[in-house]
Order: sequence, then C-alpha cells, then structure tokens
Amino acid sequence: MVEIVRSYMVKYVAIFLLALILIGACVNDKSLIDQDCIISSQFASIPEAIDFNFHVRPILSDKCFKCHGPDKSKVESGLSFATEEEAFKALQSDLSKHAIVPGDTLNSMLVKRIKSTDGSFMMPPPGSYLALSDYEKKVLIKWIDQGAQWKKHWSFIPLNEVVDVPEVEGEVSNEIDNFILSKLEEQSLEFSNPASKNYLIRRISFDLTGLPPSIKDIEHYVNSSSPSSIEDLVDKYLSSISYAENMTSQWLDVARYADTHGYQDDLERIMWPWRDWVIHAFNSNMRYDDFVSLQLSGDLLPNATKEQIIATAFNRNHKITQEGGVIPEEYRVEYVADRTLTFGKAFLGLSMECARCHDHKYDPVSQEDYFSLFAFFNNVPEKGLISEYGGIPEPYIKLTKKEIDEQLTFINNLDTLEEIPLMIMKDQNKVRKTYILNRGEYDKPTREVFAKPPSSLNSFAAYKPNRKGLSDWLFDRSNPLTSRVIVNRLWQICFGNGIVATADDFGNQGALPTHPELLDFLAVKFMDDGWDIKKMLKFIIMSKTYQQTSRTTPEFIEWDPENRFFARAPRLRLSAEKIIDHMLATSELLVETVGGPSVKPFQPEGLWQETTGGGGGSTAKYVKDKGDKQYRRSLYTFWKRTVPPPGMLTFDAVTRDFCMVKREVTSTPLQALIMMNNPRMIEASRNLAYIAFESKDDLESQIVYMFYKATSRLPNEEERNILTKFFKEEKERFTINDEDAKALIDIGDLKQRDMASDAITDADVAALTMVANAIFNLDESITRS
Amino acid sequence: MKGPIKEIEERKLSMNRRAFLGKSCLGIGTAALGSLLGCQPGDLDNNNPATNAMLKGVIDNLHLAPKAKRIIYLFQSGGPSQFELFENKPLLNKLRGTELPSEIRNGQRLTGMSSGQDSFPLVGSPFGFNKYGQSGTEFSDLLPHTSKIADEICVIKSMHTEAINHDPAITFFQTGSQQPGRPSMGSWLSYGLGSMNENLPTFTVLLSRGTGRKFGQPLYSRLWGNGFLHSLHQGVQFRAAKDPVLYLKDPQGINSMSRRKMIDKIASLNEMQLRKFGDPEISSRISQYEMAYKMQTSVPDIMNVENEPDHIYKMYGPESMKPGTFAANALLARRLAEKGVRFIQLYHMGWDHHFNLPLAVKNQAKDVDQASAALVMDLKQRGMLEDTLVIWGGEFGRTNYSQGTLTDKDFGRDHHPRCFTIWMAGGGIKPGISYGETDEYGYNIIKDPVHVHDFQATLLHQLGIDHEKFTYKYQGRRFRLTDVSGHVVKGILS
Repeated sequence: MVEIVRSYMVKYVAIFLLALILIGACVNDKSLIDQDCIISSQFASIPEAIDFNFHVRPILSDKCFKCHGPDKSKVESGLSFATEEEAFKALQSDLSKHAIVPGDTLNSMLVKRIKSTDGSFMMPPPGSYLALSDYEKKVLIKWIDQGAQWKKHWSFIPLNEVVDVPEVEGEVSNEIDNFILSKLEEQSLEFSNPASKNYLIRRISFDLTGLPPSIKDIEHYVNSSSPSSIEDLVDKYLSSISYAENMTSQWLDVARYADTHGYQDDLERIMWPWRDWVIHAFNSNMRYDDFVSLQLSGDLLPNATKEQIIATAFNRNHKITQEGGVIPEEYRVEYVADRTLTFGKAFLGLSMECARCHDHKYDPVSQEDYFSLFAFFNNVPEKGLISEYGGIPEPYIKLTKKEIDEQLTFINNLDTLEEIPLMIMKDQNKVRKTYILNRGEYDKPTREVFAKPPSSLNSFAAYKPNRKGLSDWLFDRSNPLTSRVIVNRLWQICFGNGIVATADDFGNQGALPTHPELLDFLAVKFMDDGWDIKKMLKFIIMSKTYQQTSRTTPEFIEWDPENRFFARAPRLRLSAEKIIDHMLATSELLVETVGGPSVKPFQPEGLWQETTGGGGGSTAKYVKDKGDKQYRRSLYTFWKRTVPPPGMLTFDAVTRDFCMVKREVTSTPLQALIMMNNPRMIEASRNLAYIAFESKDDLESQIVYMFYKATSRLPNEEERNILTKFFKEEKERFTINDEDAKALIDIGDLKQRDMASDAITDADVAALTMVANAIFNLDESITRS
Repeated sequence: MKGPIKEIEERKLSMNRRAFLGKSCLGIGTAALGSLLGCQPGDLDNNNPATNAMLKGVIDNLHLAPKAKRIIYLFQSGGPSQFELFENKPLLNKLRGTELPSEIRNGQRLTGMSSGQDSFPLVGSPFGFNKYGQSGTEFSDLLPHTSKIADEICVIKSMHTEAINHDPAITFFQTGSQQPGRPSMGSWLSYGLGSMNENLPTFTVLLSRGTGRKFGQPLYSRLWGNGFLHSLHQGVQFRAAKDPVLYLKDPQGINSMSRRKMIDKIASLNEMQLRKFGDPEISSRISQYEMAYKMQTSVPDIMNVENEPDHIYKMYGPESMKPGTFAANALLARRLAEKGVRFIQLYHMGWDHHFNLPLAVKNQAKDVDQASAALVMDLKQRGMLEDTLVIWGGEFGRTNYSQGTLTDKDFGRDHHPRCFTIWMAGGGIKPGISYGETDEYGYNIIKDPVHVHDFQATLLHQLGIDHEKFTYKYQGRRFRLTDVSGHVVKGILS
C-alpha cells in the first residue's frame, strides 16, 4: 500500500504537498524515503507563518542533527541545535558571530552556510550525503526572518489540559468531529457520506472483535429503527470475549510474545498463561494504567498475588539463548536492553536504542538517560544462557493445578497439567550495579548510573528508583507521552493510521500529529475517564468521522492519498490473523475455546525440519494438531520465532523478535497463492458450501448466502451471474472428471458430509467449494471498508 | 496432448486477460509488486516514469558503474575450518600437541565451549596441500575441483568478524548486525535495485543439509527476512518439495484452466469494487493474482531440470540429480541467475566441527567441492561470470588448537572469529589471487584484514552501490547494511 502511495506521491506531489503544508507536516513516515520529501518540497509553497515544531525542527533534525544535534560526542565546531540555548550562543570559532540571529538573516551564519555552493563552506557538507532542498532553505531563512522563535519538541510539551473544541458549521456526533471537520471546513470541504449500515457493522465488527459480523447481527441492526442501534451493537461487541481476543492479538506484537526462546535451536517455552491473563485483562476492561503497571511491576506490589506476578511475564517475553558457548553476560545485557527498548517504544513512543551506543542524535535522550532507564530492568536474578538444554530460565514460578482451578481461573489449563512453570520478573535483593557501557558493549563499563527515567520528561523526584516507581512515574498525569501514545494506537486500530502516523516514534524524527489539538483532547479525556480503553474505542467509533463511507474518487485520493485529513473512512486489508479467523468464522469452522496452550494448525510439511540443526529438540519437527485445535483463532497459533508461520509473515505479521506497535501493509503475489491454494482455505470453502447446501434450496440462494456471509452484503445481479456461471462451468468439469471432484473435497481433515438430498453430488459440492473459494479471494472479503 | 480446441480456448483466455489489464502490465497497483515481481524493461510504461523507477528499485541512478548484476552466495553454515581447506600452516603440524602460546592468543575471548579447557594443544591439518594454477593458490586435498579453478577465484584469507557464536555471527553476515531485526542482504538489494524478471522473486533462498555433521547448527528464516523493509523484499525459499514455493501448486482437483477461469471471475468482481470504491489497492490486488498465476508456471519451469544435458550433470556431479542437495541447488542457482533473479542464496548446513573434525570436514567438503567449481565454470562458459558475483564461505573460522582431547586420529576445532577464509569469483573481482595473510600459527591476521562490513561494502560496490549512501530511514535513523563502518576492499577488484 505504501508503495502505491509513493507512486502517487511523486505524481501528484504538488497537490498533496500543498495539502500537507497547510496542516504543517511533511510526512515523515518511514514508508516515504527521504527523496520524496526532497522532490515534493520543490512544489510546495512556503507557509505564511513558520512554526518551529512543524516546519523548522524536522529540517534541522533530518539534515543537521547528525553533526549538530543532541549527541554531545559528535557535535562539530561546538555548534548544536539540540536546545535553544546552544543554538543561539556565539560561535566557538568566532565569538562575534552567531549561527542564528533572530530577525537578521544577513548576519546569521546558518543562512550564509546553507546558501553557499563552496564545498568547503556549505552546509550540509558534501561528504555527509545530506542536502537541503530549496524549499527547506527557504523555510529556515524565513523562520529566522520572522524572529526565530524556538519551541520544545511537541511531544515533550505537557498536555494541553484545556483544549478549545473548535466551532464548526456541519453536523457532529461528538468532539472528535469538531476537530476533524474544522480542518476540512478550512478548505471548504465536508465529511463524506455516512457508510451504509451493513458496511459499518462489518467495520465495527472487524475492528473490535477481529471477526466478521453474523448475518443475524447485520439483519437485526440494519432493520432496527432504534436511534441507539449502532451504539447497542458497539456495546455488544465490546462485551464479547472476541473483543478481548482481538485486543490481545495486537498486544502480542507489542509484547514480542512467542512460544519459543528465539535463538539458535529455538526451543519451546511456556508463556501462554500470561497470554491468558492479557485476555482476561481486556475482557474485564482493566484500566490501562493498571494493565501496564501490573505488567511492569506487579511483583513489587505489597503482598503481590500470583495473578499480579503472572502479569510481569510481559518483560520475560524477550528472546533468550541456549547456544552453547556464548558469553552469558553479553546476552544478559541484551535481555535488559530488550526490556528497555520495549518500555521506550511501547509506552513512551520513543526509540531508545540509539542512545545505547552514544547520545541520541535526534532526541533528547543521552547515553546516561538510556542506561539510567536500563537500570530499572537490570536487577533480575537471571542468567544470560540457558545452561541445561530445554531448561526453564530463572526466575520463574510454578502454577499448580489447584491454584489454577481455584484462583487463576482465567488460565485455560486444557491439558490439565499438574504444574505449569512461567517465567516472571523479580528483583534481586542486592541491587546489581549499572554502568554506562561504552558503545553499548557488555564488557566496556564506564561510569555507574542509577535508575531514573529520561530527564527531559516529567520529574522523577517523588518516586522510588525501582520498576514500581517507574510505572507510577509513567502514569503521573504530568507525563506528556503515556496517554498520547496509547490513544494514538487506539485511533490506529480504527483508522489504520494514528494521528501521529509513526506510532512507534513520537521523537524528532517521527511524523508530526496531523491534529495535535485532537490528540491532546483525547489523551486528557482518556485519563479523565479512568484510562478506560473500551470507553475510548466507543467514543471514536461513535464519531461521524469513523462512520463515514470509504467510497472515494480518484480526485479525492489524489488530494489526500494517505487520508491524513480523515475525510473518509479507510479501506483496510485485514491483518494476517483476521484473514484466517474470518475464513474460519464465516465457514463456521471456528472453535471458540478461549486461551490455553498454543496450537499447531496445518502448515506445509518440513518447514521446521529443513532449518533445524537436527538435535531433536522440542521444536525440531512441526506436528500438526488434530481435531478442534486446527480451528482455533490465530492468536493461539504456535509461534516459533526463528520459523514463524509462513502464511502469516506473507500477510505482514511481524517476527516477534522485538516490540512492534504497527504493521506494514504490503501486497504480493504470494498472498494470492495462499488465499487460493492453502488447504485451510479450501477446507473452509468446502464447509461454507456445505452450510449453503443445508440452509438454502436453490443454487442462486446458496451463492447469495455464501457471498453475504463472506462480505456482509448481498451481491447484485451481475455479481450473481458471474458466480453462477462459474459454478456451472466448474460443475460441468467436475461431472466429467469425477475424480477431480473427489480429490478436491478430500482436502483437509474435516469429515465429508452426507448431503440430505441425493440430488447433491460430489460435483455439486466441489463446484460450490470453488465458488466459495472465489468469494473468499475477493478483495472485498479480506478488507473492511 | 494439447488439442487445437484447448489451444484456442487458452488463447482466448489470455486475450481476455490482456484486454482486462490494458496494454500495460503496470496498473497503478502493480507498482506495489515492483520489487518482488517487476516488469521486464519492454513492458514499462513510458508515460509513467515514477512507476518505472519503482520497479527498478529505489536507487534511480547507481552511484557507481556496476560490475555485477547479480549475486550467487554459497553460504557454508557452521564455520568451515580454514586449516583443512585453504590455510597451509606447516608450523601447526610441527608443533602438534604443544600449547598455543599466550602471546599469540593475546587475550582473545573464547567461546564458553573451550574457555574452560586447561590446555589448548595446537593441531595442523591431516590433509596435504598443493599449489594450483598459474596463480599458485594453495588448496588442500579435500578440494580437488575447487583447486582446478584456482585461476578463476580470489581467495580471501584475512576475513574477520566480531561474533564468536553461530546465531549472532551468521545474522551479522547476512544483516550487518549481530542481533535480529535488520534486513538481510538480499532484501536490501531487492529494495535498492528491484527486479530483473517479472515472473520470479528477486531474492531466492535454497537450503541443503551437509553430510559432515548430522546434528549441527540450525538456520533461521530471519536470515532471509526483510527486517524493517516491506515484506515484499523477503527472500522466497525454493524447496525440493511438492511445492517448490509455498502454496504454489493448485490444490488437487483443480487444473490450470479452472484456475485461469477463477482468476478471471475474481478479477471481474474486483473490478466492480474498484469502480465503486476507487481504491487503488483493489487494482493492486487484481495484478497480484495475475502475477501469482504467472509464477505458477514460471517456478516449476525453473525447477524442472530434466532438460539439462548430461554433460552438465556430469560437471556438477552425481548429487546434482538428487533434489535438495547442495549440488542440485548449485545447478538451480545457475538457472535462476539465467532468468534474472538478482540474489540467489544457498545455505549448506553442517560445518560446525567441534569434534570428529577429520572425517566430518572431509564429507562436508565432498558435498560442495565439485558443484561449487562447476557453477563457476558453467557461468563462465555462458558468458555470465563477468556480471555474476559468486561467493563461497561461512560465518567464521576455526581455532588452530584442538577443542576437547587431541588424539592420534581425532580432534575438533572451536569457533575462531579473528581470521578465516572465503572465496569470491566473477563480478569484477580479481581472479587468481590470494588476498590477506595470517601469521604462521593461523591465529592472527598480519596483512590486509577484511571485516564483515568491508565485505558487505565491497559486494554493494560491485553492484554499483555506495554502501554509505544506500540507507533506509527507520525510527528516525538511517540504517545501512554496513551499519556504521566498512571500506571497499580495493585490493581484490579487477
């Protein structure tokens, strides 16, 4: 998708850029390579009023910070643009001169340098491979001309607690619409029409539950005349266990959850009881602050319960090695670094890892900040190497069957194990000292540091220097990032993109918010409402903004290809998990068991064996499960980190090596091959055909029924004709080649059904299976519009 | 048995398809497929330079004049011993059983497997060495075929790496970083240079298992993973299985005619949606199915080696007739190269010889020797060697001392990152030379060290890419294959 956007971007650059500049953002999404910004800015007009955060800092950060940024060890000629004070001070080389003289472009050395074409004088220098476009130069010059007003980076500025809700002319459902519509009205635009009801129901169903709506639900809510019908539907979905499973499925990416250790032989680990806890937490709508605090520091609560300790397994989901011969300390440091990275990315929206080796080049995170944060996670009584082959890494607890039966009932002990070991977090009594590691290397300690979050954020003075203190600090109302980061991700669930497009980077190099006031409004509301996730999702979904149609025109797409104005609903291809779950649910194969040990549905033979060392460990060979376990929701699919389920990777699932908060969406022919040829898809198609035969009497009704189930709408006449024709062609073929029919319906473990009527032959079943497969393969079937 | 009626039917189908897609294969959506399955130059739509640029990869103008168009990388997983193959060190035989001098070891960190040993007894190769070709390059008796191409290849004896264990070392070689998460070399090239063939993936991977050590080191799909690049730059595994590419084959009971019909029906229905929603993603989906259909024919064509003449099998050795072996994969690599696949990566497992080395290394060398040499000569006779870069080597070398007890007949060698040997051929690399030197103990490099990042920088250089300019911005940082170091090894360029 992003690639397409790029081609559009180049083609329609003028219009698009103009639009972006109006809202003050040069899209800084990683999907857009630097070149695009350079090309595009040639067409852009310079903004009337230059804003430091929205226009100037992105240029400084991108083109100047490499040598004149926050990394103190790399500051050239003593000049840094990291802070206001440093940027405006006299130049080291000539104390009578300044890089920036507000309002005076003639005497600002910066202007002279960027205008110069002399290789030994110009900035950026030719050897840096960086260059300023004309647009960028003009912005910098105009900013100085207008007085060079400096601002702190937007996401580090405390939340605006009293955001003014803008007045608008058009109709609104809630405040979200005021913010979105006011930007549209500035350009004499309005919302797109509301989506038709069945599309809307499908959209809500996939966004909240990850599953398609049932026909019963569609008909009930489409026909309902109650003004609260959509609201009732949202409530119904939010209170379903499917909602909790869907949210958990996405949290597993954040938590880099897997069923194996991730290095070398990549043996099995048992972490699924923690996954069951996450389902339980989403299901009971646990407050987000509690949900995160328990995962970060549940073990440090006074008289911590087993449940609270189970939550901390979050921070043991990182990879652990058992490769004989590694130097344990080298790896132990990696595990701590992984927790640090996860904390930064998942909760603060900051990429901390740059600061592991040196002061961050772009963000105000120094190497000292990094290791001070690292110190919180450095006190675990753990070893770098699993010394006993197949052993369980310390520290861990054992959950007994009795405890599970009596207290920890959210754990689905399907195999009725007497005891389940689970890795958890713990602090050792004697605090392990933390040092700044030179270049981040385990064997190069320099200066000792103490547990403290980054100093450019809210004060830590009132808190204890342990993980409990860290989570309290994270949820301190004065933390500028925590709430912004999570509401942005909840928005992303509903729109595909966040208000900040780079959900994983709220720093200097990340995208700027398209609607900063709305982001603050939502962040404040989220806290005021008690960090209530369900309530926030409902608030977003009940907006007119969310409920617009996704129908659009080429002109509209040209105008805003990435839908940064939210002037329509996005069409989003379903995630890898949702596609499989949709096949299973639509064909009624889905087994709705919640939680329990991960399962192994069909995957092509030999994938594990081909890459294994041959040592015969627990993950040497993939043995497909039989029966119900094949038809569980995909969040329960066994995740071997070094050989993840291939079909899921092809549909852009992440490997779970590290915390990820957003997936890319790509389009490749391998996806088509999976949709058409995967035996799981064929099996689901066959079952859908059975259901159609059993529910409807004539061919046309059967086809309509299958289409309706898979796409949530009725096919029109032309569509019906195409599919009916396909059935007839296929039936003719299968009648002539009865063996082909038998072969096709023999795919999968699912038992063949005797059709009630003898008139239904193998050729009928096979042909309708093909029609069902064609329907599943429609773009519409794997998309929510 | 193709009757005339079926032929007409097929032509009709294919005409429909073309009419449907229009004269160009580049619907807007096709752009998204550019890097995985680009169009051939003849298909490019001149009215849409932006889309064309896309298909060529993100690098519009190569930074340098390229010497190679493609790479075949014969990765020897596990760490082959340089002493039994390339490095003739008579001193080690002379000092057999005596202690590694501490001034030679010089504080080098060891793996946890031998760091606890009381003694580090030196051990030389039990196999003889000779000089070959006009270049006089030395090879052991275990490489009778490779030695015959001595004048075609460049042997680098001064490779060194930072990692001392397999997982980080192999990840380092393939991605430039010891920890997982970065794109692999082939993905970088797919992203940067795009595709040369519309029907095959740009980056393919072939695996084989060695006979040297049965229980050896595993591989990880991240070694051909896309890291933070889009998943369409993922390496695609070609397997010696029923499905050479996962899910490629039509399921039983479905034939290519009915598949064609189904794709056409799906296309017409998707087309209606496109009119309704105006979302270019839908046209991308339509193209996706066309490309998938083409792959269903082109991949089996490539895998079907039956039409290779006997003398070719003879050249690659008898194993080349057995699908899934290194030799069969080497032959397949040539076929893929001919069809324009840009990066073909073979992995041969089983080189991790901590014990039982004399026998294991012999078997392992036999697995790969003949076919590796044959591949170079086969490319040469087709005029392809000059623009194909062939690489042979593993993730690190092995120690000059014995791991475990040294007996008359048996010994092992631990991992050694400080020096090891690889070879390269074609693609603008100087043939018939040895580059770099190690000390007489074979422990330290004494001349022309080549770091893994130098090696990677050189690879990119041969393809016309300046490794410092080829970056991808992710989470605010411009990442490179070579991370923050690397120099092109000028001394091996012709």
